Amino acid sequence: MLKTSTTNVVPEKKVEAKNKTKFRLTANDKYYASIFAGPSLFLLGLFTFYPMFRTLYISMFLTNTFGNTTLFVGLENYVKLVTSPDFVSSMWVTLVYVVGVTFFTIAMGLLLANLASQKLPGIAIFRTLYSVTMGVSVSVAAIFWLFIFNPSAGFFTLLTKLLHLPTVNWLSNPTMAMWAIIITTVWMHLGFVFLVFLGAIESVPTTLYEAADVEGVSKHYQFFHITLPMISPTLFFISTITIIGSFKSFGLIDLITKGGPTNATNMLVYRIYNDAFFGGNYAKSSAEAIILTIIIAFFTYLQFKFLEKKVNY
Amino acid sequence: MSTLITNVCKQYDNNQGKTVLSNVSAEIETGEFFVIVGPSGCGKSTLLRMIAGLTEITDGEIAIDGKVVNNLPPKDRNLTMVFQSYALFPFLSVWDNVAFGLKARKHDQAEVSERVNNALKMVNLEDLKDRKPRELSGGQRQRVALARAVASDAKICLMDEPLSNLDAQLRIKMRQEIYALQRKLGITLIYVTHDQVEAMTMADHIMVLHDSKVQQIGTPTEIYKNPANEFVASFFGVPPINIMYASKVGAHSIKVNNDYQLDLDQAVTENELKVGIRPNEMIVEKAEELQSNATVQNVEFLGDEKIVHAKFNNGVMVSAIVPSDTEFDMFETVKITSTGNVLLFSQDGINITENKGGLVNA
Repeated sequence: MLKTSTTNVVPEKKVEAKNKTKFRLTANDKYYASIFAGPSLFLLGLFTFYPMFRTLYISMFLTNTFGNTTLFVGLENYVKLVTSPDFVSSMWVTLVYVVGVTFFTIAMGLLLANLASQKLPGIAIFRTLYSVTMGVSVSVAAIFWLFIFNPSAGFFTLLTKLLHLPTVNWLSNPTMAMWAIIITTVWMHLGFVFLVFLGAIESVPTTLYEAADVEGVSKHYQFFHITLPMISPTLFFISTITIIGSFKSFGLIDLITKGGPTNATNMLVYRIYNDAFFGGNYAKSSAEAIILTIIIAFFTYLQFKFLEKKVNY
Repeated sequence: MSTLITNVCKQYDNNQGKTVLSNVSAEIETGEFFVIVGPSGCGKSTLLRMIAGLTEITDGEIAIDGKVVNNLPPKDRNLTMVFQSYALFPFLSVWDNVAFGLKARKHDQAEVSERVNNALKMVNLEDLKDRKPRELSGGQRQRVALARAVASDAKICLMDEPLSNLDAQLRIKMRQEIYALQRKLGITLIYVTHDQVEAMTMADHIMVLHDSKVQQIGTPTEIYKNPANEFVASFFGVPPINIMYASKVGAHSIKVNNDYQLDLDQAVTENELKVGIRPNEMIVEKAEELQSNATVQNVEFLGDEKIVHAKFNNGVMVSAIVPSDTEFDMFETVKITSTGNVLLFSQDGINITENKGGLVNA
């Protein structure tokens, strides 16, 4: 069967290439294409596309407590959301969080990767230590950081006491709670980001640095004018997935602040979850989910539009 | 700016202190084309990197222009380097690649563009100055690397196998360009290669490295006509020189390969020795089986000449260059002798040919 298919297809391709007409699939090709693509299309359809379109559908209705649609309201859910100060504040909080997490994750990841790429004895220990957070689960990290932030016995409190500084109420002060969540998320992301950056930095050919050394270029200049441009594709990749990932952050928020205090860390995803499964307002949370998707898509689009050309050399 | 290398040694700490270079000494004169040549792994690149300051010197001394530079960082040695991989920045245009070092050292704008433009003109790349390295051919990339060396204005240029990534045709062309450039700029060029043809064609002086030791330093003619030892003799020349055992049969004659007798102009001092005969000094004649001493194994046609690879009856392989109009077939029986223009080596490979000037260079 396979044999006949190839003998059928090959001469046809050649003829078509000569005539510069469009490449067309034969019935045989379609058969094989469906065998290869079918299972993944089925799974994606069932678990990704169907829920996506279902969410879009629900977002334009009112729902009862079982999540069944009752009354078509068009875009009313959306209008309500964007005019509600609560939701707008959630958007801002999310934005602050995303910017903070992305900036600090990339800055710290780069710093650590650059340090760990030095050829020094025992550097492997640091490489392992820096990447170890990759193996820590969200719940473990949350418990661990809750202990550190604990206002009476936490590490930070002990530290401030030791230095005779005023104690910081990490989780009850709105600003500090945001910092606490950012710090924890950065810490969680750092292991992976560090490893990817380290790989990218290590793969920059050493002759580039040697050529720069011979020409008398300082190490500082080398980092910004050789290392950074050389790893810019990785930088782009990491910033994209960090932005998307932090928009979708849920676990740490749920386990550390639960969106509080006074909605100071009530990110979009956490709000969606609360509105649906505690508020029982499935229509509202579906609309929120769609808005979040649009925001993420918009940011990703911006990144690709303005950065992608610059990072591909 | 002469470069003086005195008893330089290199050992790596790991690898049980393996010696990479031992007691290497040389004097490289200002403005000369100095080629360091040797088989791979002989330490030639290490030596170059030690001159550049990219690799530490274990022992000995390197002085540039009378100043010991052992502990100077590369940038203070006033030299430039062209790498085998060219070390071009893929994200910068040709122009910016050449300007990179100058900009980093904060030369003023006008001077940078003047020097870069001049350098690009020198290597005929003005038209391509806005291209990225990936849009250039191998030879053009090579020329960007050269332009960078030219623009830096350093008086010593180091090149680490710069042509080994190019195809054969381009290599010959770039060889001539590099040579012309060196002559035009009058810079000292220290050039590392494993290709003996590159060494022979470009060098003012050649240093032959092998087994981490200097085998010989000399002009291409000296190295070819009067090699210090068996290794140097066999490293230069295509096809390589035929080295065979020989024994003394008279005051002025030897028996080569226990086969044919050869009368020499010089006195033979040792009973057992080795003889080195260049392929163009071999004489191959057709012979009946009873008179023959060898069998043709393979014939390579090169245009003007042919290379005959033959096997002596005792199994020793030799190659000979014969005019291309002579016909030899595979497995044909032949009689092989040679002219008296040969090199004599002691048993352990030291050149013991007498009257070196007269006989060898005749």
